[in-house]
Amino acid sequence: MQLDNLYQEVILDHYKNPQNKKLNPVFDAQVHHINPSCGDEITLNVTLDGQTVKSVSWDGVGCSISQASVSILTDLLIGKDLTQAQEIADSFMHLMQSKGTEKGDENLLEDAVALAGVSQYPARIKCALLGWMAFKDASLQALSKQS
Amino acid sequence: MTFDAHAIAKDFPILDRTIRDGKRLVYLDSGATSQKPNVVIDAESDFYRLHNAAVHRGAHQLAEEATDAYEGARDIVANFLNAHVDEVVFTKSATESLNLVSYAMGNAAPGNRFHLKAGDSIVITEMEHHANLIPWQQLAARTGATLKWFSVTEEGRLDLSNIGSLIDSSTKVVALTHQSNVLGTINPLDAITRRAHEVGAVVVLDACQSVPHMPVDVKALDIDFLAFSGHKAVGPTGIGIFWGRAELLAELPPFLTGGSMIENVTMESASWAQAPKKFEAGVPNMAQAVGLGAALNYLTKIGMDSIHRHEVELTSYLLNGLSEIKDLRIIGPKTTELRGGAVSFTLGDIHPHDLGQYLDSQGIAVRTGHHCAWPLTRKLGVPATTRASVYLYNTTDDLDSLIEGVQGAQKYFGR
Repeated sequence: MQLDNLYQEVILDHYKNPQNKKLNPVFDAQVHHINPSCGDEITLNVTLDGQTVKSVSWDGVGCSISQASVSILTDLLIGKDLTQAQEIADSFMHLMQSKGTEKGDENLLEDAVALAGVSQYPARIKCALLGWMAFKDASLQALSKQS
Repeated sequence: MTFDAHAIAKDFPILDRTIRDGKRLVYLDSGATSQKPNVVIDAESDFYRLHNAAVHRGAHQLAEEATDAYEGARDIVANFLNAHVDEVVFTKSATESLNLVSYAMGNAAPGNRFHLKAGDSIVITEMEHHANLIPWQQLAARTGATLKWFSVTEEGRLDLSNIGSLIDSSTKVVALTHQSNVLGTINPLDAITRRAHEVGAVVVLDACQSVPHMPVDVKALDIDFLAFSGHKAVGPTGIGIFWGRAELLAELPPFLTGGSMIENVTMESASWAQAPKKFEAGVPNMAQAVGLGAALNYLTKIGMDSIHRHEVELTSYLLNGLSEIKDLRIIGPKTTELRGGAVSFTLGDIHPHDLGQYLDSQGIAVRTGHHCAWPLTRKLGVPATTRASVYLYNTTDDLDSLIEGVQGAQKYFGR
């Protein structure tokens, strides 16, 4: 069934066992993002160590797609330097806009390629992007504090 | 005539199509927008094919025909609501109707009964759709008036225990929904209109979820203003109704100004036409008004009492069926007493968007999210719900599909 493209096992696993879903009380930047059309909400904390993503932690409510996506993001981006993180985020963004024509670069995106099916459901792309937009915002804020 | 929903469904061509690889369409999202019968689609397209011209202007035959059709639609709406024809204003939506009345009040000068200032209050309820919340919230912010509201109980009813203190001599407006788009609750209006009128306040009724589904008589309800949208009542999009009692419309200042709404204009000033024209600036949505006329005639022919009875039966069937599903929690009244056919629920840990997506894969269309009533869903401690809403063309087959679909989703996401 086509729905299985959307709800891959990896996604449901991350939904049931979300990674880094406990706000770290220490952070360089904290953001709160809302998806006004559906009510999904996320609070996300970022700590940098120079140019390296030292910690990403979050809390929020939302559907399996939005929750799994941010959980996967934390696994992927913690420990990466910001240039790499940006490359991964750009690649993920591109995948989400691919309307089902791309599978995603597994070497770069790892578990996040499981979200490729989302790109076939226009109404759900914003769910998958909620955490990624929050990270982008928070990392920029954290960076600007360094200067 | 016996009520035959299967026969009625045949009047709606969209209900014949299939969804997601050949699944029968099970449309349970009429609370968001209703489907349209052929008579409405034809009325709208016939207007463009045969009669299109700007109403109330031009000396030619088409202009006459267009004006007759448009004003004929106004007659139909007036009869449908038991109102006087000059009390019926065409807008583009119920949202515009509610903005019209709130902005018009904001335009009222000192001395006008609608003038608002610091010390005055506006009373709404916690179960309002954003369209009947934000206009009042913003009017209060612009004028310095205070916004107050009735709370909602755990059962999804209005808590009227403090009605005497909430609506007091400072109250100028009481605005509330007739039927909640989230909970399905039908609000009892008697005590509220009585108290509001006792203190000299006007009652504005958001009837978007009631006018399409049950007989609504503005005189019997003893309200002062009412708004509803055509597209939820098997009519076209782009047409809404604003109704107000004649003497109140006479005193209410205009909202939008421009062509058609004037009596006389000089370079320095202008005076206004009588209602309803005073509130209809610009060339209106004519084909849509005509389509709404056809829609209300269609509903009248079937009978609003019969439609309401049918929906109560469906709602009872649905509440029974859903209540047997493990981990399913109905958000709103659990009986059909003072309740319409919008049924919201949550399903264990399965998020409404995921449930909605699964149901869609089975051809079942429902609404998920906060339903444009965010303060309400927050109050009830559920960030989002799934809502099934029924209408005259739905059958128990549709509800069986939904119930089966919900159980299928539990299996699917429980893997």
